[in-house]
Amino acid sequence: MASYPDPPPSAERICVSHLCVSYHGVVALHDVTLTVKAGIICGLVGTNGAGKSTLFKALMGFVRPSQGEISINGLPLRQALRRQAVAYVPQMESVDWNFPIHVANVVMMGRYGGMNLLRIPGRDDHRAVRESLERVELWPLRHRQIGELSGGQRKRAFLARALAQGASVLLLDEPFAGVDIRTERLMIELFQQFRAEGRTLLISTHDLSHVTGFCDEVVLINKTVLAYGDTSEVFTEENLARTFGGSPAQRLTSPSLAPRPEPGREPWGSER
Amino acid sequence: MEPLSWLLEPLRHDFMVRALLVSALVAGVCGLLSCFMTLKGWALMGDAVSHAVMPGVVIAYALNLPFALGAFVFGVGSVAVIGYIKQTTRIKEDAVIGLVFTGFFALGLTLISKVRSTIDLTHILFGNVLGISGDDIRQTVLISVLVLVLLLLFRRDLILFCFDPTHARSIGLNTGFLHYLLLSVLSLAAVAGLQTVGIILVVAMLVTPGATAYLLTDRFDRMTWIAIGSAVLSSALGIYWSYWMDASTAGCIVLVQTGLFLLSFLFAPRHGLLAQRRR
Repeated sequence: MASYPDPPPSAERICVSHLCVSYHGVVALHDVTLTVKAGIICGLVGTNGAGKSTLFKALMGFVRPSQGEISINGLPLRQALRRQAVAYVPQMESVDWNFPIHVANVVMMGRYGGMNLLRIPGRDDHRAVRESLERVELWPLRHRQIGELSGGQRKRAFLARALAQGASVLLLDEPFAGVDIRTERLMIELFQQFRAEGRTLLISTHDLSHVTGFCDEVVLINKTVLAYGDTSEVFTEENLARTFGGSPAQRLTSPSLAPRPEPGREPWGSER
Repeated sequence: MEPLSWLLEPLRHDFMVRALLVSALVAGVCGLLSCFMTLKGWALMGDAVSHAVMPGVVIAYALNLPFALGAFVFGVGSVAVIGYIKQTTRIKEDAVIGLVFTGFFALGLTLISKVRSTIDLTHILFGNVLGISGDDIRQTVLISVLVLVLLLLFRRDLILFCFDPTHARSIGLNTGFLHYLLLSVLSLAAVAGLQTVGIILVVAMLVTPGATAYLLTDRFDRMTWIAIGSAVLSSALGIYWSYWMDASTAGCIVLVQTGLFLLSFLFAPRHGLLAQRRR
């Protein structure tokens, strides 16, 4: 894809220094400092209200920090955003699946930022959309209305949009919520391909099993960065207890694992 | 009566031809906008804005200004007030919308009863497309064309804004601008619609065709064509019907629109009631 990647691998993709954000005098993030290199999958772990979504908003330029700076690919945030460097992959519950739009159009929306004001797609745009859809194996389904896709296909459609955008930083908001095991494996495979291409993925989750599974690095967050580094180093009982307010890590892992459906095997399946 | 004379006889009157043309234009433009309103979930906002423009129209008439200007200021102003109250208090949005637009509407009613002018209250409330004056036609056409051009120019951005504002903003689109653009267009369309069906029923023009079309297709392009088509058809049929029955024009237009919606609600091939039952 044309516009990407700017810096060579191993360079710094995301650089956050002393970031403070507050809403109406209430501190949401305090003194967050963080550097994530190119080609890294980084888990962002914290409870609800710990500031995960605020950090995402800051990285998309939605909130004005009261202090601190963010740079991406070595550029100030504004410039990086103008170059379409950051893509946000929304939580699936926040999408209106009845919207009268088909898959290819959703992916094309990834290209709008770089188009002329009338958003008339050119040859490059069509090629980028096609390549992205082929990558996630949705090209044959490109004319489907988005609500007609299965759960896994829906996720892939939005990943394709991020690809078409040519983003080097992907922000993924709870990407595994309500996903079956098979889709999850497919997504992780894609994530690993993205990593191999030098993209950096920031994945917000409260499901700890994913973090140990495939994240290279982890940020533990609760209003500020509690711990950050290689997954194996950061993931200690003590750090987790600090992140989740002293409750045992075991208990935090189980509820999010429990409701995930396993295809083809119901709890009572064999008895029928 | 013969169908042909049913169609042709009313066309001998200039006022009927004018009414048919003006309301077809207005209905088409409102129909296009109604797609965005339906998808954005702004039906209530449409109701609010259309009522809130009333004091603007009265003041503009009294000061001899174009009524579109007054309507625009009060339409956008009401939404700004709604946003401000919602942000600064704990009152929920539907309550804020309800109290703000009724407040504006009441101001309009009071003004109209005190300000000496040639405005007829019932014309504002229920429209007066059969008696529309040359000056009003010019303004209505101008507004409609302006709305049409804006909607066509920013069509793709507005679709994205309705579908996924977060993404729109993250790739550098000015969502604040798009928000106010859609609101401005809504205020303008409300004034145009006011001429044909009046303040009370204009929200039907801004919602019903979009809702009808939404049940019939899963493509935005087709949705706009169906909405425009059903709106233009409704306005024409409604005017004929009101002519032959000597009934309220606004009432007839909106009744036809509602009838078309009911048909689509029942018989839409995939999202209609019968299709869903069969499944």
